[in-house]
Amino acid sequence: MTLLEARQVTKRFGGLLALDEVSLSLQNGEIYGLIGPNGAGKTTLFNVLTGLYSPDHGEFFFDGEKLPSTKPHAVAERGIARTFQNIRLFGNMSALENVMVGRHVRTRAGVIGAVLRDARTREEEDGIYSRAFALLQYVGIAEYANNLSSHLSYGDQRRLEIARALATEPKLLALDEPAAGMNATETAGLKKLLEIIRGDGVTILLIEHDVKLVMGLCDRVAVLDYGRKIAEGAPQQVQRDPAVIEAYLGGVLA
Amino acid sequence: MSRWEKLKRNPRAAWMAFILIAVLLAILPFLADTLLSRSWVRILDFALLYIILALGLNIVVGFAGLLDLGYVAFFAVGAYLYALLASPHFGIHLPFWALLPMGAGVTCIFGVLLGAPTLRLRGDYLAIVTLGFGEIIRIFLNNLNAPVNITNGPQGVNKIDPASFGGFSLNQTHQLFGIDFTSVHNYYYLFLSLGLLVVFISMRLQDSRIGRAWVAVREDEVAAKAMGINTRNIKLLAFAMGASFGGVGGGLFAGFQGFISPESFTLIESIMILCMVVLGGMGNIAGVVLGVVLLVVLPEALRYIGPFEQALFGHIIVDPADLRMLIFGLALILVMLFRPAGLLPSTVRKREFAGEEEMPASNEVST
Repeated sequence: MTLLEARQVTKRFGGLLALDEVSLSLQNGEIYGLIGPNGAGKTTLFNVLTGLYSPDHGEFFFDGEKLPSTKPHAVAERGIARTFQNIRLFGNMSALENVMVGRHVRTRAGVIGAVLRDARTREEEDGIYSRAFALLQYVGIAEYANNLSSHLSYGDQRRLEIARALATEPKLLALDEPAAGMNATETAGLKKLLEIIRGDGVTILLIEHDVKLVMGLCDRVAVLDYGRKIAEGAPQQVQRDPAVIEAYLGGVLA
Repeated sequence: MSRWEKLKRNPRAAWMAFILIAVLLAILPFLADTLLSRSWVRILDFALLYIILALGLNIVVGFAGLLDLGYVAFFAVGAYLYALLASPHFGIHLPFWALLPMGAGVTCIFGVLLGAPTLRLRGDYLAIVTLGFGEIIRIFLNNLNAPVNITNGPQGVNKIDPASFGGFSLNQTHQLFGIDFTSVHNYYYLFLSLGLLVVFISMRLQDSRIGRAWVAVREDEVAAKAMGINTRNIKLLAFAMGASFGGVGGGLFAGFQGFISPESFTLIESIMILCMVVLGGMGNIAGVVLGVVLLVVLPEALRYIGPFEQALFGHIIVDPADLRMLIFGLALILVMLFRPAGLLPSTVRKREFAGEEEMPASNEVST
């Protein structure tokens, strides 16, 4: 079943065509890789998808319904959570609090509940706390729960971002270069984590430069170059595509 | 383990400390009255009033990270609302207990109205726009005496009804157990109870879903949006909550003073309240309270420099009024240089140093 469908999404920044009628579709439960040279438009696609930018043309369908184009919080509520290429944690909050913020969209206590702290609010707050802690255990950084998120190591910060995203109970997890800056051991651990997340029924959209990770993990891969989708298919098949080789290495023997 | 946590684990010591503080707060005005002077009770009253204001601004600046330089506008709106509806100016005399919640409600609306156009702004730009709003309100109050006289312009509103409950006016001296409770004493207890209420509300808000959302917006607005926080609503909520505290403070101020004019609501007032928040430790409630106490008490205490100089040198070398502001300014600069996070930084940073502590119980959960 199709979970996400992008239809001819176009995004311009002045004279630069960042996304040129990009169409793609993700199946439920798959890991879908998005690769391409720097500046190909991968992150722009993420930003348009999650409502941070509005597309000039085209639209996204998620779970059978159109996604709102300029309301990031509504996109998160529909079930899309993301991480950022340049990690964007809430630096002065503890790791645990970061994940607790992720529960915001699935909880409802307001000012009156917060002040009176009635039974329902307390119950909800307990739920937020235990769920957040469980997610830290899930990604393997529970021992740093009370540390400031900005004091975690780089790899752990990336894991924390994933935990925070998972706290919103997404159907689709969009990861922007989760392995950037990780060493080989950390990348192997990340691969294992992503496989577990997929096993728990979350579809993953992955931007990644680590070719080994993409090849070993993704079911399907799309290649972007200058804002256009130039190839799509199984990783091994895409790897041999002449257009892809040209995009990465330049016109061979031209 | 911090001292605070030790107290938490020792309920008896915690109760003793609690009772001690309660007794101290209860007899504080009489201590000040007998040991210092009657004017010090009045200073205490103002300290409590400023605690209400500063904690309101703390929600906007400290929690949500929205630099608001026009906060005094809400103070002014609350004060004028009270003054116009409880004075001979219009001949309306609404009761105190109705005016206070009304002031909170009306300033809440003002908070949303002034907050809405600034939603896309951050940092310096937000500061400039809110500064403008603060001035606009003050200039309106200054000029709304013609063609229809609403605010009585620069002359201000006079003979405002004092705070009273039924027939019990806080402006009169009451006798209880043979002790005289004068006006300043009565207001002390009123301000104290409302101040404690505001502290309580702030603490509850800080440690809640809403409080975390505010901090998330302060830390990274884009990430907060992506995590499903409706940043527009959560910012407006911060403006509204902060404004309502300011409105309550304004109403209390009007009733306490009996006279208000636009002069009380200048930019410097906004800046003073902001200094209290920043000096004590933005976002930390105890820090803000400390900041208020210091900034209200310190300038008053420095008045004693005059007699001190007289005693030491036989004549006054530097005018105490000048020296007062000099020392005051110097103290602010030093604090900001050596404790940029404030005198009492927020707890997260302290918790970091106790990082080796394991999580409290009730962790065994599954996803």
